Amino acid sequence: MADSMIRLEEVIKTFPGADRPAVDGLSLEVGRGEFVTLVGPSGCGKTTTLKMINRIIEPTSGTIWVDGAKATDMPAFELRRSIGYVIQQIGLFPHRTIAQNIATVPELLGWDEARIRRRVAELVELVGLAPEMLDRYPSELSGGQQQRVGVARALAADPPVLLMDEPFGAVDPIVRGRLQDEFLALQRELKKTVVFVTHDIDEAIKMGDRVAILNIGGVLEQYDTPDRILAEPANDFVAGFLGADRGIKRLSLIPLRSVDLPTGAVCDVSDTPETAREAMLAQGWDWVTVLDGERLLGWVWGSELEGVSKVGEATPRPFRVTVDAGATLREALDAIVNTRNNVGVVVEGDAYRGILTLDLLTVELTR
Amino acid sequence: MSVVAQAAPLIDWAWIVDHLDDMWDRTVEHVVLTGLAVGIGLVVSVALSVVALRFRRTYAPISWTSGVLYTIPSIALFAFLVPFTGLSLLTAEIGLVSYTLLILIRNIVAGIDGVPASVVEAARAMGYTERRLFWEIQLPLAVPVVMAGIRIAAVTVVGLVTVTSLIGQGGYGALILRGLSRNFATEIFVGTFLSIALAVAIDFGLLGVQRLVAPWMRRRPRAA
Repeated sequence: MADSMIRLEEVIKTFPGADRPAVDGLSLEVGRGEFVTLVGPSGCGKTTTLKMINRIIEPTSGTIWVDGAKATDMPAFELRRSIGYVIQQIGLFPHRTIAQNIATVPELLGWDEARIRRRVAELVELVGLAPEMLDRYPSELSGGQQQRVGVARALAADPPVLLMDEPFGAVDPIVRGRLQDEFLALQRELKKTVVFVTHDIDEAIKMGDRVAILNIGGVLEQYDTPDRILAEPANDFVAGFLGADRGIKRLSLIPLRSVDLPTGAVCDVSDTPETAREAMLAQGWDWVTVLDGERLLGWVWGSELEGVSKVGEATPRPFRVTVDAGATLREALDAIVNTRNNVGVVVEGDAYRGILTLDLLTVELTR
Repeated sequence: MSVVAQAAPLIDWAWIVDHLDDMWDRTVEHVVLTGLAVGIGLVVSVALSVVALRFRRTYAPISWTSGVLYTIPSIALFAFLVPFTGLSLLTAEIGLVSYTLLILIRNIVAGIDGVPASVVEAARAMGYTERRLFWEIQLPLAVPVVMAGIRIAAVTVVGLVTVTSLIGQGGYGALILRGLSRNFATEIFVGTFLSIALAVAIDFGLLGVQRLVAPWMRRRPRAA
């Protein structure tokens, strides 16, 4: 493939003393600018595979190509300076300040001081660190801050390839979620070729453009987009690894905005009760959503419209649960099951966008 | 009837005041002998440690040999060396240096081994060559442990230097020897006291140096 950035050909790694290979004849291709996650149970060789790309581990046989050249065609240290590397333990240099840590690869490449200073300032902003951190030592930062420095250090010389080994595995779930979102936003801008190892299938699905599911011994069971893997697991191993809730997992890949939402029974505050009743009748509902122009006011029972001249004279109750249009179907499902009437009211800001029902979710899943 | 001998005063202050110059000269000799031994010992130890770290199989024999040297009584070692190297500075330093090796090599190797594997892996992955990795990452991070070794070595050598006066190399041992031969307590006391004081001073001085060269060890983590 012409636009492949990383290519593994029949790669085998047998560690000394092991009776069978950790990775046995793996072939894998990662496109330029693609974000690929490697996921699988312990012993599936995902970390070994990652570390063979920058030759921290040398393959027993097979060929690895990086940016059109054989990885073994140049000295390992030279190859590594063009590949960013982020690991779970972060591995910041404790005796160097944050600024010096970030400047590691530019220093090795011999950039002049002014250029390094500019680049460090740029990166600190890029990964969302306060500039006053620059003169501190790593031990003075929190885990989340340290991992941001780890990412900044990996990006310092603007390498085309980024290797990440469970980079967010050591921080608490809330910080992890935030770091994942920030990194995805960053990646949309930077368009690096990323190989990302994780044992967490949810993380693999959330982060990857494509997901490679590995089995013990580095056997590639399926390599496809998250949606296709969840919709059509290649075999029992993949289905088992995805878990019984893979249908629900798939929902988290579909943004609410992409769904054609019905509006349901809806009327304006200025409408007559007659108009409102027609809307209810059309849906077979005994309540109606009340809007003021685009703005969502709430809902009223049909019975409350007796004896008023305008819908607005009955006081609309606010919906207890609303979902923002920016959410995924999985978040919307959560909102739906938390309401009594099993519908999710979708808003964008305070504007009404429509109603999501369980039926509609089922339709989306079988598409 | 008994005669009580009039004992000389334990400390003859007038003698001390008269011999300040003499004490200063002995101090300089003592410091030079110690400094040379620790300095040469450090260079030799770094070299042997590099070999031991590079070729792990050599660590056991290197460690064993330096251990054997450490156990030889100093007087016996000097007696053994004198026929070859005479009553010389060289004899003194061969003995003194060999006593530093065990402590220094063990601390250098332990210090390097104590550098977190993740830090070493990250450095390699960033593109450090093995040579730069050792000098710029591993050795600086081993400094606290190495400095602890240097302090123990230095204090040990200060004590041993008093013995080198036996082969005519001066230092505080010269005061003690002369005091013994003249049965003059003040001189023995002064030599002993100065030796202890120098050991303490060097220990504290090196602690200061350690803080200076490892500033990252001083700052405590801040609340996140």
